[in-house]
Amino acid sequence: MTTPVVEARRLSKLFPVKGGFLGRSAGVVRAVDDVSFTIEQGQTLGLVGESGCGKTTTSKLVLGLEEPTGGSIRFEGQDLQELDAAGRRHYRKSVQAVFQDPFASLNPRMRVGAIIAEPLVTNESLPDSDVRKRIAQLLELTGLPERSADLFPHEFSGGQRQRIAIARALALSPRLIVLDEPVSALDVSIRAQILNLLRDLQAQLGLSYLFIAHDLAAVAHMSHTIAVMYLGRLVELGEAGELSRAPKHPYTKALFSAALPSHPDERREEIILPGEVPSPLRPPSGCRFHPRCPEAMARCSTEEPQLRPLEGRVVACHLFN
Amino acid sequence: MSPLLEIRKLGVHYVTARGTRVNRAVDEVSFSLDAGETLGIVGESGSGKTTLALSLLRLLPTAARFASGEIHFEGRDLLTLSDKEMRKVRGKRIAMILQDPMASLNPLFTVGNQVAEPLRAHEGATRKGAWARACELLRSVKIPAPEARVKEYPHQMSGGMRQRIVGAIGISCEPRLLIADEPTTSLDLTIQAQYLNLLRDLQKAHGLALIFITHNLGIVAKMCDRVAVMYAGRIVEAGPVKQIFDAPAHPYTRALLESIPRMSDSRRRLTAIDGQPPDLAALPAGCAFHPRCPVAVDRCHEEAPPDVTVAPGHFGRCWLAVHANGGGRA
Repeated sequence: MTTPVVEARRLSKLFPVKGGFLGRSAGVVRAVDDVSFTIEQGQTLGLVGESGCGKTTTSKLVLGLEEPTGGSIRFEGQDLQELDAAGRRHYRKSVQAVFQDPFASLNPRMRVGAIIAEPLVTNESLPDSDVRKRIAQLLELTGLPERSADLFPHEFSGGQRQRIAIARALALSPRLIVLDEPVSALDVSIRAQILNLLRDLQAQLGLSYLFIAHDLAAVAHMSHTIAVMYLGRLVELGEAGELSRAPKHPYTKALFSAALPSHPDERREEIILPGEVPSPLRPPSGCRFHPRCPEAMARCSTEEPQLRPLEGRVVACHLFN
Repeated sequence: MSPLLEIRKLGVHYVTARGTRVNRAVDEVSFSLDAGETLGIVGESGSGKTTLALSLLRLLPTAARFASGEIHFEGRDLLTLSDKEMRKVRGKRIAMILQDPMASLNPLFTVGNQVAEPLRAHEGATRKGAWARACELLRSVKIPAPEARVKEYPHQMSGGMRQRIVGAIGISCEPRLLIADEPTTSLDLTIQAQYLNLLRDLQKAHGLALIFITHNLGIVAKMCDRVAVMYAGRIVEAGPVKQIFDAPAHPYTRALLESIPRMSDSRRRLTAIDGQPPDLAALPAGCAFHPRCPVAVDRCHEEAPPDVTVAPGHFGRCWLAVHANGGGRA
């Protein structure tokens, strides 16, 4: 078996909260707490959960934009912390990102060619002719007309702008792309174009994706594996199809039951969770989900459940012990 | 019985300052809504769905003009009412919930104040009476500890709670029609489920008619009785939800339904719709969808299709439906 592209082990990220008298520390937010996952070559890991669950922090850790407080990330078998400067540069080139809003992520004063070439220009010393060739190649790869290189971002629609952002992410031939809500800012009729493009690029280039989205059907559609997070903890991780068909953790169940139906006749068991996600500053004791959990037991409020293997996936819930 | 709301051939245009450019944001739109019924209006950005919603309340921006049509509500044409009469409809007979609750709540007033405001304005309630009623309304939208919450400000609440406050303001004067414009887009999934259930409960309890403005067909599938699909300012298809999901008459509706990923058949290749929504200022000739339509024929390039009945209560605006129907017009 090949080495996974990314292997996160017991990853955590704590943010100290300043506040109170004279800026004394008022506590810590455990944004990501003891999270482990792997992303295999050519595969997609979908990350789901509600606001404040730590999805974005996890993606920042993977992108190397934040240093983990605990645990480790291995990239192609190499621990990131042990990398030297050259290794670090190589890592940064191999991991790229596409963000939600292509109106915010493209510089309006740069021509599209320059936007796409920027990672090449800053990271590699290539002659101009090679850069131009690569731009043309990337435009073709992402389905944009060749003359796009001379235009400005405002001359493009949302879907085309997202293609430009994808072309830029591909410029350095990365191994992994973090896709943070890549289609939620786009018109409904455009989303399928971009999702299909991402799938085609994955097949063609052997890319791995970390796919973050609110739309569970889109995540199930794109992912090989799905990881579900709640308040900084991983609660369930498993093969995408099985997990979305038969979720085990009560939170995953409630989350997938809250997903909107694709047909008016589609009636699934509706689990309406009481209350809202608690503040990550003061997470509940024991299992963090227990105050909203329809199946909570006495034990859940005192003892934090650990991730355990269960029928080919891992689940952190006392119900399955 | 006549319907609660009936819109006939409504046209709303945006006109530039010099009157040189006209955007037909809403064009020849007709539909009706009965008391207690839920209608979904689906469309992409720029399809005219929000303009349509705002025109029901006559809250259009200054550049907009009512070009044609009638809006009959409870037996009166809203377009003929004076501003004063219209103020008595707005918030009292027709209420609206907008997408971003933080933008629709005033950060400088307490929540209680804002829930009580329409009661004071429309029903002449006393300060005390309105305040007590505000507490009740907060309870009815399932806000815990309403007596304490009424004294708080919007920033002290979560997004889901703010949106429930907006809902409480909406139903405060017991309107007959509630228009919800993308009410759950800013909410998390489990909070969205809570909110949609709440709206459904309120609808049942008060016999409200609901209009859901959304781009999300999932909300339509879950919540609505009937749906109208808008494209480039026109309703291209309208009918009972189930029928439209099972047998869409318009290629745009069909393509939209096929382009959406489904939980059940993951990793199937999605059927993408080519191209992008048109610019309203430069609409293509004929049917506005023809440049993106996989089954367009010559006629679609030249002539805009009429409304045709494809089944009882189910209309489509497409030449293919006309031909399939032997040319019978609605």
